Amino acid sequence: MRDSSADNSCSSPRTPNLRQRRRSNEIPPEILKSNGTILLVNDKFKYKSMWIRAYSSLWMLAFVSLIIYMGHLYIWAMIVVIQIFMASELFNLLRRANQDKRLPKFKLLNWHFFFTAMLYVYGRILSQHLVNTVTSEKIFYRLVSNLIKYQMVICYFLYIAGFVWFILSLKKRYYKYQFGQYAWTHMILIVVFTQSAFTVANIFQGIFWFLFPALLIAMNDVAAYFFGFFFGKTPLIKLSPKKTWEGFIGASVATMIAAFTFANFLGRFQWLTCPRKDLSTGWLECDPDPIFKPEYIPMPEFISHWIPEKEIAVLPVQWHALWLGLFASIIAPFGGFFASGFKRAFKIKDFGDSIPGHGGFTDRMDCQMVMAVFVYIYHQSFVVQHDYSIDVLLDQIMRDLGFEEQLALYTKLGQILQERQLMHI
Amino acid sequence: MQKDTTTTTSSTPPTNTGRIKHRKRSNEVIPEDGKANGGKLLVNDKSKYKSMLIRAYSSIWMIGSFVLIIYMGHLYITAMIVVIQIFMARELFNLLRRAHEDKQLPGFRLLNWHFFFTAMLFVYGRILSQRLVNTVNSDKVLYRLVSNLIKYHTVVCYSLYITGFIWFILTLKKKMYKYQFGQYAWTHMILIVVFGQSSFTVPSIFEGIFWFLLPATLIVINDIAAYFFGFFFGRTPLIKLSPKKTWEGFIGASVTTIISAFMLANIMGRSQWLTCPRKDLSTGWLDCDPGLLFKPESYSLLGWTPHRFPWKEISILPVQWHALCLGLFASIIAPFGGFFASGFKRAFKIKDFGDSIPGHGGLTDRMDCQMVMAVFAYIYHQSFVVPQSLSVEMILDQILMNLSFDEQEALYRRLGEMLQQGIQRMT
Repeated sequence: MRDSSADNSCSSPRTPNLRQRRRSNEIPPEILKSNGTILLVNDKFKYKSMWIRAYSSLWMLAFVSLIIYMGHLYIWAMIVVIQIFMASELFNLLRRANQDKRLPKFKLLNWHFFFTAMLYVYGRILSQHLVNTVTSEKIFYRLVSNLIKYQMVICYFLYIAGFVWFILSLKKRYYKYQFGQYAWTHMILIVVFTQSAFTVANIFQGIFWFLFPALLIAMNDVAAYFFGFFFGKTPLIKLSPKKTWEGFIGASVATMIAAFTFANFLGRFQWLTCPRKDLSTGWLECDPDPIFKPEYIPMPEFISHWIPEKEIAVLPVQWHALWLGLFASIIAPFGGFFASGFKRAFKIKDFGDSIPGHGGFTDRMDCQMVMAVFVYIYHQSFVVQHDYSIDVLLDQIMRDLGFEEQLALYTKLGQILQERQLMHI
Repeated sequence: MQKDTTTTTSSTPPTNTGRIKHRKRSNEVIPEDGKANGGKLLVNDKSKYKSMLIRAYSSIWMIGSFVLIIYMGHLYITAMIVVIQIFMARELFNLLRRAHEDKQLPGFRLLNWHFFFTAMLFVYGRILSQRLVNTVNSDKVLYRLVSNLIKYHTVVCYSLYITGFIWFILTLKKKMYKYQFGQYAWTHMILIVVFGQSSFTVPSIFEGIFWFLLPATLIVINDIAAYFFGFFFGRTPLIKLSPKKTWEGFIGASVTTIISAFMLANIMGRSQWLTCPRKDLSTGWLDCDPGLLFKPESYSLLGWTPHRFPWKEISILPVQWHALCLGLFASIIAPFGGFFASGFKRAFKIKDFGDSIPGHGGLTDRMDCQMVMAVFAYIYHQSFVVPQSLSVEMILDQILMNLSFDEQEALYRRLGEMLQQGIQRMT
């Protein structure tokens, strides 16, 4: 349970309010008015809350580091667990206990859609990896490739089953509540699974593309907190009365510098930069991508007076990192503002209370979600060399033809290309 | 304006018992309707002939314009779908809006259309990108421009979405948070429903108009057959959500739909205009090799029919078996799209989504079952039809036609790597 509420976006002496039905999570309306006294600098309880927050932050950091060390598959498992908790928090949020008693199996419907979404999203992303893992045994291979071939149909029928179930369970006076819950379920699943789909795709491209953005967001959060703690004076936005312009700008500068240096540090580890093509958990070795190979640029003049080295080693990925840092400091905080606005709109204080000092999982993940989507899109558009037509055809070949047919295609194509080359010469 | 109320799923009794608490809107359903189920069946309705004529008149107009557009071609059908989408989105956007709050939020309506435009760019960009490339293959400058646009297509759409997201957050106004978040969620749900189904419809069209026309026709036949079976024979109510539907109508329509699926597939499958896929965005005539699916196979009837029967064998296109599955889905599952829409209208106490079509309601009322069917048709096609008709020769043809020489070599190299990895794992 959280004792100190001072570290959230609103602090409270609680004054009773007779009309509203009190829930432990509600904000009394008087707090929203008195903007001036909310800033962290003026808060007397801030040191105590800071220690609680730091303590749970350290635990989370240690845990995430351990998982990163263990590998891609475990990171994926961690993300699945986080998703389940987030979905749980969000499903429970706008549910009303009164109506729920009359609709017995409605909660089960939510989890049915959750399972369908999970099958669909991870089926698409990990299908090729799964095939690569099970090519050892013939029976498994055939089973898996059939599952992948019909994956879309299976997911579609599961969804339609849920849809029909929903319609058959509509009860006379609860139509509006049930439709509201149905829409709410869809919105939650879309938000939760979109970002996790992109996160998982990032992970298998190389842990760097998951770890680095997550670090930047965490860095931005921590830096904003400390700059606001010591220097914060001008409020930033009405939605989150504790954010300040000093915190925002300080954090942006700190994030961009950190982005440039972290990228250099992280880019040297093969464990982090190599893509994983299957679902194994062993050690990885690969020929690093050109953007992780250091280039030597001559040291600019004003620095060379103090430092003996003549050149700096810059990984090309560091220039990409600057863009990621810019996004993390300017745009990603809007994920946090969105969540704050949402909480105010529905008069709730936090999405849950799993993490002491921070609130629920969704409170921690709100900015991460916006960042993960951006990183995947950035990576696909600017880092990876893509050829759309080749990818589509290769996809079809891998999915629809059997192994022998693929070999036959390969030999025939080879012959044709060779003939053409001979003709040109 | 909705004059004749007996044609929709719930009618208003001639006397209104006043309910003081409810604020009356012209579109509202009087709540007593749900109870008196017995008086709703179409068989007992006295003014049913008049409503049937109005409905038939607008149906004929819709079918007529639809046939004309099919004749004109793939690009025009896509344009028609885009127009239908715009109207559906507008109906749905206006539905849960409250005029009072809207006056205090000036730019909010524009935000809906911004997201609509972004969704359209994203969906149609993905679907039509390959065909656009094929169309401009001849012109070098245009080809480069188009390839760059396609390469950065996702980034552009994402930036537009993020712009809308930030705009939304910056326009949050103090006492209207809940209304604004509700509208935001509502906008997303509408766009997903509308664009989700169209992003399945348009690829079906370009695979061959057959895969768009047959499912749409089946839904129309199912609707019309259910109406007429209910008109003449309907006695037992089917589901509380739609008091006018009856079991007799449902079963009669199912049988009719499956039989007509089988026969329509035969008729439609013989036309090259309907069965050939379109590889680019041209509008001219189409010529192609129909593929195994549309080549008639003859089955002899000798053991099955009496000797006097004139036909000794019937020719069946293999696609007719697929059509049976489509017909089964159209009659059993697709009506649930209609039930969903009915339930939604009851939940929010509205009579129709709009009033564009006399006798039928708005566009969304017509498209509710079509949407469910279009998604199924595309998924069915991709999972069961394409793999059957795919062969090494066809893919080889695609590779040689669609890719440039360098791309072909790159594909060859990558395929070799993947096959080698596979072989390594097996040994």
